[in-house]
Amino acid sequence: MLSTFFNWITDPNMQWILMGSLLLGLGSGVIGSFTFLRKQSLLGDALAHAALPGICIAFMLSGVKSIGLFMIGAIVSGVLATFGIHAITRYSRIKQDAALGIVLSVFFGVGVVMMTKIQHSGNGNQSGLDKYMFGQAASMMLSDVYLVGIVSLILVAVCTLLFKEFKLVSFDPGFARGMGIKVGLLEQLLLLMTVIAVVVGIQAVGVVLVAALLITPAVAARYWTDALGVMIVLAGLFGALSGVTGTLISGTLSNLPTGPVTVLAASSIFLVSVVFAPGRGMVSKLLRRMRQRNEVKRSYGNGLAAVEGDRAMISNRANSSERSAD
Amino acid sequence: MTTYPLEVNRLTVAYQKKPVLNSVSFQIPSGKLIGVLGPNGAGKSTLLKAVLGLIPKVEGDVSIFGRPYREQRKSVGYVPQRESVDWDFPTNALDVVMMGRYGHLGWFRRPGAKERDIAMECLGKVGMADYAGRQISQLSGGQQQRVFLARALAQSANLYFMDEPFAGVDATTEKAIIQLLHELKDQGKTVMVVHHDLSTVQEYFDHILLLNGELVAAGPTKDIFTPNHLQKTYGGRIAMLQDFAAVPAGQV
Repeated sequence: MLSTFFNWITDPNMQWILMGSLLLGLGSGVIGSFTFLRKQSLLGDALAHAALPGICIAFMLSGVKSIGLFMIGAIVSGVLATFGIHAITRYSRIKQDAALGIVLSVFFGVGVVMMTKIQHSGNGNQSGLDKYMFGQAASMMLSDVYLVGIVSLILVAVCTLLFKEFKLVSFDPGFARGMGIKVGLLEQLLLLMTVIAVVVGIQAVGVVLVAALLITPAVAARYWTDALGVMIVLAGLFGALSGVTGTLISGTLSNLPTGPVTVLAASSIFLVSVVFAPGRGMVSKLLRRMRQRNEVKRSYGNGLAAVEGDRAMISNRANSSERSAD
Repeated sequence: MTTYPLEVNRLTVAYQKKPVLNSVSFQIPSGKLIGVLGPNGAGKSTLLKAVLGLIPKVEGDVSIFGRPYREQRKSVGYVPQRESVDWDFPTNALDVVMMGRYGHLGWFRRPGAKERDIAMECLGKVGMADYAGRQISQLSGGQQQRVFLARALAQSANLYFMDEPFAGVDATTEKAIIQLLHELKDQGKTVMVVHHDLSTVQEYFDHILLLNGELVAAGPTKDIFTPNHLQKTYGGRIAMLQDFAAVPAGQV
């Protein structure tokens, strides 16, 4: 196993794929931070699932496997899904969580039906399309890797440029709008960027689990810091680390899809954060509570002793006065 | 012709066909503290939001210093309701106050030392300078409200809209806020405040607007804050209303 591992990382092709996974994780982590803070974590999941029929239709129409075309298909069906969710919440009494659940499952259902249809169509080109379910980073072509890497870098660059705007829109959209900042436009842009992050991640991580690469690094990063900038950098790092780990493990142990391994890597980082992060982590909270309890006990204990001392004195005095009265 | 800080003409706002504000028209005078009063659901916050363009209006015109709001954004400051944001957002008090400068900065430009200085000064004005680096979730409700006020101050506006700044704050913070409002007024700025506590109306505000889906009355507090108008605004529900207005007028 160790030798396959070495073969793997010395292969220039694989180095590129690793680089692609790294950049993908970075981009997803950065964009995911805003998705998470705007409380749209579930939306990322819905968008990822909604991408499947888009990918299938793009393949059915073109007959070739091209990430560029798939991306267009996924964006179109992602936008349709967003409109669907919007329409349901707007024109019925159904709340957003239920609307998300409905739209997510409908699109995914349609996608799976289409995918099965394609697999039975006898089109030789279709082999490998099923990899989009759970992802197979190793099956990426070099051109795909370039595309994934470049798109991820663009996402990170846009977030850096519009950091101030995205921050305000995520924290207080009402105030931002009053100030004349184009909130609607920025929200659409964030949504579009989320779709793009999901779509470029699909080949490596798969439709089903790509949302985890978006959200888990951001949630983990939130544990370590109270500053948005630091949180975003950390989320990017955690995402990149998960991406690389997932690709390495799934590439070395053959037949293991990348998505689940990447998600497990991200979840491990999350677990470590929950337990050990200073300030917000469980260990730190437990220690703090114990220390507080001790302090309270000590000061309360002292106070009690003082009160008892007073009482003793009073009773002494009372005794003495009684005695003098006698 | 004098231009008013805010002039509203036949403003109608509806949430999904149900009208909340019905053809409201008024002007507010310059350099005054103006209270917006009315029962729950009377459209007080809606009025503020519609004026600021946060929600679409069905019809009507709003002009600020004689021009449409779009051209006057830099001269308007806004304090939203405290509950309108998630206070667990990863940021500190100083950072929130600096957000008040974003409108002046324009696209892409990052806040720098100048913005930091302004923000610190504004935090100082609300007595929160010691809390600049504090994570916002660790501030008390009153302190959060002061941070929001400081952010509005950082906007260095001429007309301020405040949505229930006194909601859920203690007496000290309320005093600090009212003192700040008077300072703003002394600088010739106009402040419009959504308010709930009828017992402090006469003490706090020069002018009032009484709202109840439509405008009941608007004008100087001493003329408008009468049992008759309050009755019309709040309905006959509270007999106590009479007392609020009656006592200082010496009618008891």
